[in-house]
Amino acid sequence: MNKIPEVNYLNADRGIKSWLFTLDHKRIGLLYLFSIMAAFLLGGVFAILIRLELLGPGKDIMEARTYNQIFTLHGAVMIFLFIIPSIPASLGNFILPQMIGAKDVAFPRLNLLSWWIYMFGAIFAVISMSAGSVDTGWTFYTPYSTTTSTSVVAMTLGIFILGFSSIFTGLNFIVTIHKMRAPGQTWFRLPLFVWGLYATAIIQVLATPVLGITVLLLILERVAGIGIFDPAMGGDPVLFQHFFWFYSHPAVYIMILPGMGIISELISTFSQKKIFGYKAIAFSSLAIAFISFLVWGHHMFVSGQSQLASAIFSFLTFLVGIPSGIKIFNWLATLYKGKIRFDTPMLYAFSFLFLFTIGGLTGMFLGTLATDVHLHDTYFVVAHFHFVMVGGTVMAFFGGLHYWWPKFWGRMYNEIWAKISIAFTFVGFNITFLSQFLLGAKGMPRRYYSYLEQFQSLHGFSSFGSWIMAVGFIIMAIYLIYAVFKGPPAGDNPWGALTFEWRTTSPPPKENFKETPTLTHGPYDYDKIIPKRTI
Amino acid sequence: MSGHSTHENRHVVSFKTYLATGTALLILTAATVGVSFIKLGGWNAIAAVGIACLKAILVAFVFMHLLYDKKIFLVIFSVAIIFLTIFLALTMFDILSRGEIYPDYEEPIEKNAVIYKKAEPAPTGEPVEDSTPKNH
Amino acid sequence: MTSGNSSGHRAHLAHHFSESSQQSESARMGMWIFILTEVLLFGGLFVAYTVYRSANPEMFYNAHKHLDIHLGTLNTIVLITSSLTMALAIRSIQLNDRKKSIKLLATTFALAAVFLIVKYFEYSHKFHLGQLPGKFYTYTGIEGSNPHIFFSVYFMMTGLHGIHVIAGMIAISWVMRITIQGRLSSEYYTPMELTGLYWHLVDMIWIFLFPLLYLIG
Repeated sequence: MNKIPEVNYLNADRGIKSWLFTLDHKRIGLLYLFSIMAAFLLGGVFAILIRLELLGPGKDIMEARTYNQIFTLHGAVMIFLFIIPSIPASLGNFILPQMIGAKDVAFPRLNLLSWWIYMFGAIFAVISMSAGSVDTGWTFYTPYSTTTSTSVVAMTLGIFILGFSSIFTGLNFIVTIHKMRAPGQTWFRLPLFVWGLYATAIIQVLATPVLGITVLLLILERVAGIGIFDPAMGGDPVLFQHFFWFYSHPAVYIMILPGMGIISELISTFSQKKIFGYKAIAFSSLAIAFISFLVWGHHMFVSGQSQLASAIFSFLTFLVGIPSGIKIFNWLATLYKGKIRFDTPMLYAFSFLFLFTIGGLTGMFLGTLATDVHLHDTYFVVAHFHFVMVGGTVMAFFGGLHYWWPKFWGRMYNEIWAKISIAFTFVGFNITFLSQFLLGAKGMPRRYYSYLEQFQSLHGFSSFGSWIMAVGFIIMAIYLIYAVFKGPPAGDNPWGALTFEWRTTSPPPKENFKETPTLTHGPYDYDKIIPKRTI
Repeated sequence: MSGHSTHENRHVVSFKTYLATGTALLILTAATVGVSFIKLGGWNAIAAVGIACLKAILVAFVFMHLLYDKKIFLVIFSVAIIFLTIFLALTMFDILSRGEIYPDYEEPIEKNAVIYKKAEPAPTGEPVEDSTPKNH
Repeated sequence: MTSGNSSGHRAHLAHHFSESSQQSESARMGMWIFILTEVLLFGGLFVAYTVYRSANPEMFYNAHKHLDIHLGTLNTIVLITSSLTMALAIRSIQLNDRKKSIKLLATTFALAAVFLIVKYFEYSHKFHLGQLPGKFYTYTGIEGSNPHIFFSVYFMMTGLHGIHVIAGMIAISWVMRITIQGRLSSEYYTPMELTGLYWHLVDMIWIFLFPLLYLIG
């Protein structure tokens, strides 16, 4: 029978202050987890509202102006408050130091500061967006964002603040991975989740400052009329898009790379097989990070960018397919002849493989210059990035959440309800977004409040799917929270995995390990030992 | 004075080296000011940026100890420069190659910009720059 | 000598590090990554500068003549000297010469103040003439298209740099304080070293701003 250790990080210190001012990376990870789940709930409610409004053409539940604000809120909350910090700041914060056998991240105070800045920026941004009725979309393109009367300045200031939290997390992780590894943890013995976080952190510190200067320039443009994005004053609004996408395209890989890291862990653990092509997966993360900085112009094919530049950006975009393909094929090769077990985390990994492949391949359509001219700003784009972001990142995030939930709390969730939940989510997701591919291919433009009668059935179908997905998420919230209090003790290593975090107790003690662990085998050496599952 | 090291075996750079670097930086400053008064056409900009790079390298390698410290710091600094170069190069490539395939697309933004000026009368096809500077 | 832990040496070691060299290297690495983010932050302004200079080369040439090259050169000399004194301050603390270190820090601080004062005179002159960014531009003596763009770029670049100078002065005065309190020695001088790195970065950015804005040939 498994027991929960009497003293662990959850009860070592008591009181609300011991949480809000904690320097323990595990507690900060949980603080981040609660915050981003709140953001996910908020963004999810906005998503349901959007789908309700689009149930029929014309007005259903809200005015056109409100609709514009709601999709702006949905985009900005999901991107800046949920998906960018999601995996690194919550799961990464909790697991990374344990995976490398460290007591904490390199700069615990900076870690706490990062969360406080996140909270401040998040509240600031949400309040200013809803009170100031911002309707620019999350991209806040000029010249609309510099001429509209809504409170773009306050919202972008909130995003500027959030940028610091992202930079601090990235900086902390890079130094932690370089300097805090346990004896014997060489670079090529690091779990692939760590490689994913490392590549992510590199993008975070390289790209986020450019977002910072972009919103500073936008604020100055609005407040002081400096005129550098204002065409009437000799400025170039397309330059704003260069600035914006130099950050925001790599940011897409901030979202997906850690998810890919989780998938590597899940697939190897649940097929009980050494990961196929370890170095190829590790280096393809770095390759994706590098290539992500070369392709931003593919968002600007119809923005007045030079055709020659568009052609080159289109070509460079195809390069992203290579490292992504390498990962997919290596995961498939890992599965081949593995002892596959269909635990919930693995089901999320399978969902990821299926949905992310569709999302990635449709990305190739959109990266093709000539095709994009037709598909640009249609629901095809919306469907594509939801397949990558929700089908990819969110599936990986929930996979990781289910995988490490017993490590967080020492207790197991109900496996049957978990499987029911993912069935709802997966089916609902496909109904919602596969129909949007069809809508987009038929010419339905994105962000429109109303539409022609001919799109009605597909829009209705899509809205129907969003409710099924919502049911899946609600079930998940219930059984996960229930598990925290009443779940059966999970034991130290419920999945029989080999990475470091499973060598300590569940939940871990305050400084992660009773003594610094030494490395006796690699993270995926299932050909040498297969640990016993404690559940 | 060289050959000192602290208890962590950190290299202590000699006073002479620092002074020589400082002097070199001041000489290069004089050089860049001097060169700017000579008409060299496009070479002026190249000379100015070249000398600035040389000065920056001196500061980074000696004052910031890149030459003596862990090589990973040099890597980090180089990565910053490389990605800044990518940002600059790809953006400038767009700006400079606009209109090469379809000449109509050359500077489309500023010429059509009149539509953003609410108070002004309808566009006459004249470039907007004639209307600025304003508030004489 | 890393294993010879004196008690003063141990006092600075946070619980999650195993050696003080690990701690100080981590700190420096963090600072270098911070410098990387600063380079890219300013990088955006350099890109904007290049875009608008390539669009209006004549105007940039005409407008730059209205910057005072003497004051610009003076400020370059001031900042380079302050960088030198900062480097020497760190050298002194490495050799455990606390008094000399404090003197050199004070010099660095004073030079930074001189830089800002010179900048203030330059700014107020431009305000007086109406050579201001964007829609506030009222000056009429510059030929070429959109001269206000030059001053937008000028004020953004030097303004952001000025903010960094002020932040540097705050950091230097804090380091000076803890040095006077005797908290830094040759055993542990990480705060001063990080401040030094930051200060050299501020110098380095000015090294580029100066020729790009004042010395357009």
